[in-house]
This record gives sequence, structure tokens and C-alpha cells, in this order.
Amino acid sequence: MTTVTEAPAPPGGATGVRPVGAPVDRVDGREKTTGAARYSAEYPYPDLAHAALVPATIARGRVTRIDTDEAAAVTGVLAVLTHLNAPKLKPARRPTPFDLSGAVSGTPVDYLGTDEVHWDGQPVAVVVAESLEAARHAARLVRVGYEESPATVDFAAELDHAEPDKGNPVQPGRTVKGDAPAALAAAAVSVDLRFRTPPYNHNALEPHSTTAVWDGDRLTVHEGTQHIGWLRKHLANRFGVPADGVRVVSTYVGGAFGGKFRVWAGTLLAALSARAVGRPVRLMLTREEVYRTVGGRTPSVQRVALGARPDGTLTAIVHTAITRTGRSGGDVEPVTGVTRHQYACDNILAEQKRARLDVLPNTTMRAPGESIGTFALESAVDELAVRLGLDPIEVRMRNDPEVGPVDGKKFSHRRVREAYAAGAERFGWDRRDPRPGSMRDGRWLVGMGVATAYHPALMMGAQVTVRLSAGGSVLVRCGFHEFGNGASTAQTQIAAQALGVPVEAVTVEYGSSDQPVGPMGGGSIQTASVAADLLAACEKVRREVLDLAGRSPDSPLRGCAPGDVEARDGGLFRVGRPGAGETYAVILGRAGRGEVEAAVGTGSRLAGVAGQARSFGRALRGLRGFGRAATGAQFCEVRVDSDTGEVRVTRWTGVFDIGTVVNPKLAGSQLRGGIVMGLGMALGEETLVDPRTGRIMNPSLAEYHIPVHADVPRIDVHVLDDPDPTMPLGVVGAGEVGITGVAAAVANAVRHATGRRLTELPITLDQLL
Amino acid sequence: MAEVRIRVNGATATLDIEPQVSLLDALREHLGLTGAKKGCAQGACGACTVLADGERIVSCLALAVQYEGREITTVEGLADGERLHPLQKAFIAHDGLQCGYCTPGQLCSAIGMLAEHRAGAPSAVTEQPPGLPEAPSGPPPVLSEAEIRERMSGNLCRCGAYNGIVAAIQEVAATDAEMTR
Amino acid sequence: MRPFTYVRAGDVAEAVREAARPGAKFLGGGTNLVDLMREDIERPSTLVDITRLPLAEVTEPPGGGLRIGALVRNSHLAAHPLVRARYPVLSQALLSGASAQLRNMATVGGNLLQRTRCLYFYDGAAACNKREPGSGCDAIGGFNRYHAVLGTSESCIATHPSDMAVALAALDAVVEVTGEGGTRRISLGDFHRLPEGTPHLETTLRPGELVTAVELPELPVAARSRYRKVRDRASYAFALVSVAAALEVRDGAVGAVRLALGGVAAKPWRAHEAERVLLGGPATEEAFRQAADAELAAATGRPDNTFKIELARRTVVATLRQLAAEAGTA
Ligand SMILES: Cc1cc2nc3c(=O)[nH]c(=O)nc-3n(C[C@H](O)[C@H](O)[C@H](O)COP(=O)(O)OP(=O)(O)OC[C@H]3O[C@@H](n4cnc5c(N)ncnc54)[C@H](O)[C@@H]3O)c2cc1C
Ligand code: SF4
Ligand code: FES
Ligand code: FES
Repeated sequence: MTTVTEAPAPPGGATGVRPVGAPVDRVDGREKTTGAARYSAEYPYPDLAHAALVPATIARGRVTRIDTDEAAAVTGVLAVLTHLNAPKLKPARRPTPFDLSGAVSGTPVDYLGTDEVHWDGQPVAVVVAESLEAARHAARLVRVGYEESPATVDFAAELDHAEPDKGNPVQPGRTVKGDAPAALAAAAVSVDLRFRTPPYNHNALEPHSTTAVWDGDRLTVHEGTQHIGWLRKHLANRFGVPADGVRVVSTYVGGAFGGKFRVWAGTLLAALSARAVGRPVRLMLTREEVYRTVGGRTPSVQRVALGARPDGTLTAIVHTAITRTGRSGGDVEPVTGVTRHQYACDNILAEQKRARLDVLPNTTMRAPGESIGTFALESAVDELAVRLGLDPIEVRMRNDPEVGPVDGKKFSHRRVREAYAAGAERFGWDRRDPRPGSMRDGRWLVGMGVATAYHPALMMGAQVTVRLSAGGSVLVRCGFHEFGNGASTAQTQIAAQALGVPVEAVTVEYGSSDQPVGPMGGGSIQTASVAADLLAACEKVRREVLDLAGRSPDSPLRGCAPGDVEARDGGLFRVGRPGAGETYAVILGRAGRGEVEAAVGTGSRLAGVAGQARSFGRALRGLRGFGRAATGAQFCEVRVDSDTGEVRVTRWTGVFDIGTVVNPKLAGSQLRGGIVMGLGMALGEETLVDPRTGRIMNPSLAEYHIPVHADVPRIDVHVLDDPDPTMPLGVVGAGEVGITGVAAAVANAVRHATGRRLTELPITLDQLL
Repeated sequence: MAEVRIRVNGATATLDIEPQVSLLDALREHLGLTGAKKGCAQGACGACTVLADGERIVSCLALAVQYEGREITTVEGLADGERLHPLQKAFIAHDGLQCGYCTPGQLCSAIGMLAEHRAGAPSAVTEQPPGLPEAPSGPPPVLSEAEIRERMSGNLCRCGAYNGIVAAIQEVAATDAEMTR
Repeated sequence: MRPFTYVRAGDVAEAVREAARPGAKFLGGGTNLVDLMREDIERPSTLVDITRLPLAEVTEPPGGGLRIGALVRNSHLAAHPLVRARYPVLSQALLSGASAQLRNMATVGGNLLQRTRCLYFYDGAAACNKREPGSGCDAIGGFNRYHAVLGTSESCIATHPSDMAVALAALDAVVEVTGEGGTRRISLGDFHRLPEGTPHLETTLRPGELVTAVELPELPVAARSRYRKVRDRASYAFALVSVAAALEVRDGAVGAVRLALGGVAAKPWRAHEAERVLLGGPATEEAFRQAADAELAAATGRPDNTFKIELARRTVVATLRQLAAEAGTA
């Protein structure tokens, strides 16, 4: 077991320290702390122009009049683009198994292609000007007249009209095992609760920004994205240019959380504007524009009903959810997914519906499904424990499944019990007096709560090249995504270990379409996906080096099979025979080779298509074999002010099973980050959509409350460093599991502190007065 | 257009800008100093924090003209050549950053905060017994975790690197205290 | 942001003269004004930068009390030893507002004159009588969790967001202003206006008048004072409800009291009625509750903000209870 602490790291990669598992410092820490790191709005171009959007102020209808004269007259304005004069985009493609890139389209709406308005905030014009100030000022002067059509924007009012969700390749919209309603009715003890979660916005601190530069039919975009490969293809498709000529640079991404997975108006309109004015154009969305043009998380209304025997054995689980999509796009968030995996039970009903509204389409946001699904499920389990008079951990342990409760699949790995055991001890769960309201500290009511964290593990394919040079340095190239997840550091460590060189000897090039195509940076799949192909490429390098060595009669490695040697100390050595081996410098030098290079997943252009299919195939195969997930146990202590109802989280312990931990320091940060975002969900965040107009009313970091320093206690994170036998290096992925269960743990702690079961997020003091 | 002279990281910069240009945009768009970040331009996130004559401010709500003649320090001005400022080192060692976008603001803010603290400035969590007969004097309050959190609350971090940031600041504050003792 | 002319005033007379231009506004720290200009809500044609005027001192006038220059930064005022010692409620109120960065920029004058954070006021697409007289009020049927419960009208239910001003209201502060017509003094209670039918008129300041100072009278009870701010985040959030209170207990009875509420009205709400109920009576929880009830009897809530009435009641009681307890132990 590894305890993640804040202690400074031992120097990474020193001889004797295995790079994988070492708390190596972030490889880009220096750039990020000195201001040298360039984000996508920070690339200088001599001729740069600036763009600003004009968002619609109606939810649905048509633009009938658009007066751009005043805007065009502002000094420095180069163009005012509207549906009347803008170059047309090609329609977005639907994703196919051979070209999934259409999946990154946030919406099929043709920005500036028609006079139609599909949501409040949809851009209806773009102003391009010499300066940022002129563009922004002129954008305010564009006058737009509308013909409004009846719009459906009130989620609460549409619940009765929600339609069944058809599901997707990963998860059906409805899952039935046994007869849950009947079992519920017959249960000795039951709970039946309704939950509400509000819309949320990612609010990556870097607003979506695009710098677009055309050179004939060739396009360069600097853009923070979670899918370089798909963004590139999507841009090529929308602009009708060859994908080879589109270059995407995404080295530094100022936070993403799912919000930079899809392509939204800003990206397309920046490139469109650049083409129209024949100059490089930068569009850094204002915070308000991020809210109005980049999808967020759907609101949800959920019901969880549980039936149990007096000993706590579950006999029925019903979890239904209604979420929202835009009429012009958005996928159903798989809110009930977790319920199909978490608890053993003979009768399970999980079902999803969707309401289609005339609002900005929703999109993926950190742990789509599980983050809000676990709030409902884990709150209900807690309430059941109260009714049963049992400890909430006890109830969970009693129902911890041996195999997938619905699909019957074996788990590749499941350590929920161990996570709870370790967490209970670290947190001091035994100090909890189970009686609600029984623990007081002055004016504060103290409560403790737990919840289970869960996030499924997937893998996709990557294209990777590895070059080992005679001097012992290693260059890894793969266009994966680094948005704070620590991917560049983790892959550096993995390559260092695979080739037996110090971490300092490895350079990883990532974050652009100049490199071989990486997997998406989302779904917590990236580390494992890249690792699989990086390891394969390193293996190829080692074989070739061994082959080179074997050609020399002098080599102590002559005659060795790949399994007989290991990479360490900057070369290959016979397993168990220290000293019996050679450094890369010796082997390559003798062979007269400056370097050895291997590629996985790349090659001809056809390989690109094949790679896509291979990647998709890997994802689906992975689903078939085993039940695989990152899991954890969240422990929370809250204090509730007995006068005002203010809730403050004062202690946290999270114990997680994320398979092998490549870098405990960075994994700890990822998990903490998830927990912090979960605290925001639980206690403060809510995107206010006016039910009268469909307009977002708090598009501001002042009025949308993400947690600040003072809201976040010291978070004790602990990882069970236990490899998943079915994953490369045993890695599962840590990006999303941290946020799951958090809101429930908070709500359960509030229940314990006050005796009140709160089922609506965010939990604000008015609910506790 | 007006000519505006400000001192940035020890050098004098002359800008030919409209009065609407914020200090943040002057730094980023006109001086090529993109270290200070724009997270909201609403004064609500702290990513644009810089030091003006040693005091931390949000440069997005500052008009550049108004800062004429003032001494501005940005994240680019913290290191001494290749030698990182102790706080920069501590941020890396404690992993007080993830995506790095809030980091320049956190760093500048922390430096300003430590100076405020040295000068004895209280915060909202500084316990101050009411009814002090005299002006408070004596050493500044101890920089507990709670103090650091409150004082740094003007700097949002969506990645949630707060624990590492607090640890880094605490470490530097401790050596700071040693030195001033 | 619309283009404007920038003028830097060298002295008060020049500032007042420049402010006489149509469409001119004073620029203090800019933390509210620049934000609203960017939102196209404020559209000054001239900005008169007053931050280099010699009004950044805190001094002790011969007659007692404290004179605070209008350009004293919020952070400096909060840290000022005399403020901390004699008017802790003011220091605490300042420190609970905004962030350290903003407090380093914000001035006393600007803080008093900051405008509401009503979501519909901030949104140019919404109807708002304050922003556009006669257009209506979208907040009344919309999101109004942060809105007022006291002194509202059918025209506007916005709150004044300042924390500092709540403490000043409790402390009987006086605002000194200078305009072309000379210098006058306005008691803080008369400085901000309730909306009635004209929510766009927020203060009794005349066009072009400059706030030059705020004066605090000598007020012994203020040494035993506290500011309690209740908000959604632990820091860096506007008040849902706040209470500024000063209390002196003599032999178990209330000898002197000052009480003001924030987050509940278009102005910092001096709780005269509650003070009247408390003065001379027992310093007990029961009495505190009666006083709060008396003050809040006239409060009316909207669907999102009715909770504020109960919250205000509880916060008043809790703050007075704490002050009474401290008086008991000191
Ligand atoms: C994100 C954020 C959070 C905040 N949170 C809080 C909070 O929790 N509590 C709180 O109280 N405040 C809060 N504030 C508001 C902040 O306190 C005010 O913006 C600040 O006090 C205004 O002071 P300023 O000097 O910057 O004013 P400016 O922005 O310069 O001016 C504001 C107005 O006052 C006028 N003015 C300025 N000085 C004078 C003068 N001397 N005479 C006449 N008119 C003058 C200006 O013309 C303008 O109309 C917050 C602000 C932001 C951006
Ligand atoms: S409450 Fe006042 S400020 Fe808000 S919309 Fe109504 S009139 Fe405008
Ligand atoms: S960019 Fe200045 S505070 Fe957010
Ligand atoms: S490191 Fe990403 S916002 Fe702080």
C-alpha cells in the first residue's frame, strides 16, 4: 500500500529507483511555474486579428434582421460575419467505425450557415478586428432581430414528456434483472427516494481558446483539446480540406474535464474567421461565452428505491433517471450505469429517459454518469442503513458482489473491501457515534459519511514511436493530451522503466498532430491506452537491440531470448545475472547504429483507418471480457453550523483502487482534484438556467461557486497499489473515480450531523434552516 | 491612443494603447508576457494576479493607464535567471499544480500574501479578541493552514491542486519565518 | 468596452471639475466599474481617475473618532491598528469581502458605490428597471436567492452587496462629499436609497459629487463588535445575510447596542427597531430573538429567498449571543 503524501520527491529515476511507482515531479513543472508554458491563446503571430462572438438571446427561432453597420464602423474592425455573408461550413459527419471523428461535434448546428437559432447563446455573428478591445466592443454593437418560435426550456416541466433512452454500444438504456418492483413491494425494509442534481459547467480555468492560421488550404490551430486526432479530422471535414494539411497544437491545456472533448462554436468560428479575413485569428472565449457555447453537464432527476432483508441483504434495486439533451445534440448521460455494477442483488431495474430541450447540448463532464449517479445510489444505500440500524459500511460490505450483478462477468480486480478497511482506520470511523446529531463541537454539528467510488475502466489504441539513441536517450512520440492529468510525466516514467534508463533520459513529445495519433484524453483511458502501445514499442526496441547484440560473438547477450534479458542501467542485462549485459551505447556503437526506432500502430495512411478500427475494437473487447473499474471508498466529515446551516467539509479520506500507481504524487493530485470538484458539486455549483427563457443567468466565476481554497480541507488520499492483471502494467486510470461518491459522502455526513436527508444538490444552507 | 509607461519585472515598458486596455491584456497582448492568465476577466478567479509595487492585484480589472509609473511583477519576474524562486520550487515539489493555468496567479498571490502577513495584516480567520484596548502589536499571526487557505481564497484552482499549494506555501513561509527571526 | 477619455485628476478641485463633463465617472480601484464597463452596463464617456488624490489617509480628528480618506484601500483600512482596536467590526467586514487582491485595489469610496450583483442587472438581455428604467424586473419572477427581503418595491428587489457599508451603518458613519456646490456631510443611513419606483437612483449623491472621506464618531461600544457573514462558500462569496453588531452589557442588561444587516436590502440595513427593543433590556437569547423578530416583522420573501428572513433572525441572535458571551468573560 502506498500513502500519498506531500513530501518532496526523491530525485526521479536515480539508479536503483524503479521509475514506475516513484513520486517523480511533474516534467512540465518548470514551464508551468515560470510562465514559459504557452497555452493556445498565447502563440504570437505578427498579423494576428482577434474575434468575438455575438450570442443569440432567444432560445429558438430565426434571425430576421441583423444590423452590423455600427459594429463594422468601429475602428479596427476587419469583418462582421453573419449567416448572410459567412463562408459556409460543410455539415458535420456522423461517426462511423472507420471515422469516429464526427463524435467530437458538439452539435450538428451549422454556425452562421442558416438563420436558425437553436439555443440561447448560439453565436449568430462573429466580429474580427485588429485588437481584442475593438472586437469585443463591436460585438456589443451588432443588433439582431428575431422571430421567436415556441421553445421548450424548462427541464422540470418536461419530466413527464421524457422519452426512453435507446442506450449506446457501451450501455443499454434499460437493464432488467428479476422483478425489482415486486421485490421492492415485498421487501422487509425499503427506501424510495427522489434526487435532483442541477446542471453543472466544467469551468476549466483556461477558457476555450483557438488561434487559427491558414496557409492556402493548410490550417494550423492552437487549441486546448482532449482529442487532437478527431479535432483535426473534424476541422478537415468541416472546411473541406485534406486532414494531412490540418495541424493541431495542444501542448498545454488549461484544464479540460470533458469540456474540451468536443468541438464547439469557438473553434470552428475562429478558423472560419481566419479564412474569411486571410489573417491569423485568435478567439479566446469570454467566461460568459464558455457558458453559452460549450455544453455542460445535464441536470438530472433520479429515483432510487432499495429493498432489503433485515440483515441488510439487498433484494431490490430500482434506479431510474431522467436527464436532458439539447434538441440539437448531446448524448444521454449514463446516470444509472453504476447501479448495474455496484451491488449484488437478484432484482435490478435500471432505466434512463431523456427530455429534449431547446438548450445548448450537454456534453461529457468528469465521470459522466457516475458522478451524479453515485450521488443518488450511495445516498439511498446510506438511508437504507439508517432504516436498518446498521453501519453504512457494513451494508455495503454485505452486498459487495462477487461477479457483475447484471452481466455476471468476473471482475478483473475488485478491492472495495480493502478500500473501506483501510479508509475506516485512517479516518477513524470507529469514533463515529451512529446516532444522528449526536456529535457536537461547540456551535458545530459534526457528521461523518461514506460512499463508494466507482468508474469503469476502458482502453483504446494509440500510435507511438520510440527512438533509442546510442547515447542512451529516449524519445517517445505520441499525440496524447496533457491537461494537468500528468500524462507526460507518467509516460516518461513508463518508457524509462521499459528501457531501463533514468527518467531524465526520456523525452516525451505529445500534444500535437505532428506526433503519431494518441487516444482521447478522457474517460480515464489515456494512461493505460498509451502505456499499452508504448510498452509494445519499447519491447520492439529491446528486441531489435538484443538482435543487434546477438550478432556479435563478444556480446554476453548472444544467444539470449527476449525473455532472458531485462532492461536496466541503460542497457540490456541477463535476468538474475548482474553485470552480464551491455549498455545501449556499447551495443549500438558496435553495430554502427546511431539509434533504434520502433513504431506501433502507425505506418501507411491506411494504418490510420485500421488504427481507428483497432482502437474501437480494443475498447469493445475490453468490455466483453471482465468487469473492470477503478473503485474507492470516500470518507467525509462535515460540520454544520447549528445557527445558520452552513456546511463545511473539515476532513476527508479517500482510499482508491486504481491498479498500479505509476506516480503516487501525481495520481494523488488527480484523485484530490476529483474530490475537490465533487465538493463543488455537493455544496456550491449550479448553472442557473432561467426556466422562462432557457438563458444561463450566472455565466460567471463570481456567481457559479466552484470551491475556493477555504472550502477544501487537507485531503488524505491513499491508493491500494495493486495491479489490475488485465491492464497494461496493471494501470486502471485515476482521472474520474475521485469525483464519484463525493456528493453522496457529503450528503450522508450531513444526514449524520443533522438527521436530515438532503436529496437535492447543491446542498445549501437554506435546506438546513 | 496614449503612451503609457509602466515598469514590468524591472524594465520600463512603453506602450501605445487605448485606455480600455486592461493591465492583463497589456501584458499578454502587447508585451508578450503571457504568464499572467485570463480565467474570467471578471475579477473572480485570480489567474491574472500580478504584483503592483509588491501588492497583489487582479490585472484583469486594472486599466493599464491607471498603473502608469507603477512597478509590476509577473510570474516571469520571479525566478532569478535559471534559479527558481523558492516558492516555484516548492510548488513543483508539492505538486501544487496540475494544468498550470492558475499557477502563475497562485505564485504571485502567495508572494504578495507572505509580504502582507509579514507586515502583520490580519485575515478573516485571524482570531482577534474584541475589546482590544490598544492597537494590536507584536509578531504577525502564525500562518496556519486555515490562514493560508483564507488568504489564498482569491485564487481559484479548478484542477483542485489546493492541498499542494498550501503545503508549498507553508514550507516557504516556515523558512521565511526562520529568516526573519 | 466602449471607448472613453481617461483623465487623471491631480487634486479634488480638478476631479470635481472634470466630473462635471456629461457622462463622466470617477475611477477608484476599478474593481466594480471596469467589470460593469466590460459588461456594457456602465458606459462612461470619461473616466476621472481619482486614485492619485491625497485622500488615502486614516487620521484621528481632534474631536475623536476616525477620519478615513475615500481612497484608502480596503485592505489597508482592515489592517489599520486603530480600526482593529476600536472598530473591529469594520476590519472584519472588510476582510470578509471579495479577495485579498480585490481588497488591495478597492477604495472606500468605490466600495460604498459598488452596484448590485443581481443576475438580471448584469445581463443586458434581461429586463431590469435599475439598468433601464421602466423595462421591468426579471428578478422578481426569476432567480432571486440573493435578493432583498426588506425595503423592496415592485420595481426592484436587488441588494446592496457591500460588507464594509454594513459595518459603517452600524457605526453611525458620516460620508463627506464634495461637488461643485461645495462640501456636505451625509449620514450613512441616508446615503443609499431604497428602490421605491426609481431603483436606478441608488444614493443621495448628486451628479458629479466626489466622496472624499468617511468619518466614524467616537463610539466606545464599537470596541466590542463583530461582523458575521453567512455565505455559500467559506470565502470569496457575497453575503446571503450578514450582521454587524456592537454590544455592551452592564449588569446583565444591554447598555449600548449597534446592529445592522447586510444582504437583505438595497442599502445596508440599520436595525433601529431591534436596537430599540434591546436597549436597557436583558442581554438574553430570548431578548435577542424578540429584537430580531421586531426588525424583521416587515420582511417579505420571494420563492428563492424567503429563507433569508429566518437566516437573518438566527444570525442576529447568534452574533449577539457571542458578543454577550465575550462580554461575560472579558
Ligand atoms: C469577484 C468579486 C467579488 C467581490 N466580493 C465582494 C464581497 O464579498 N463583499 C463586498 O463588499 N464587495 C465585494 N466585491 C466588490 C468590491 O468590494 C467592490 O468592487 C469594490 O469595493 C469597489 O471599489 P473600487 O474602488 O474598485 O470602485 P470602482 O470600481 O472604482 O468604483 C465603483 C463606483 O464608485 C464610483 N466611485 C469610486 N470612488 C468614488 C468616490 N470617491 N466618489 C464618488 N464616486 C466614486 C465609481 O464611479 C463607480 O461608479 C467583489 C468584487 C468582485 C469583482
Ligand atoms: S431586482 Fe433590481 S436590479 Fe435586479 S432585475 Fe430587478 S430591477 Fe434590475
Ligand atoms: S482573470 Fe482576473 S480574476 Fe479571473
Ligand atoms: S492547476 Fe489547473 S486550475 Fe489550478
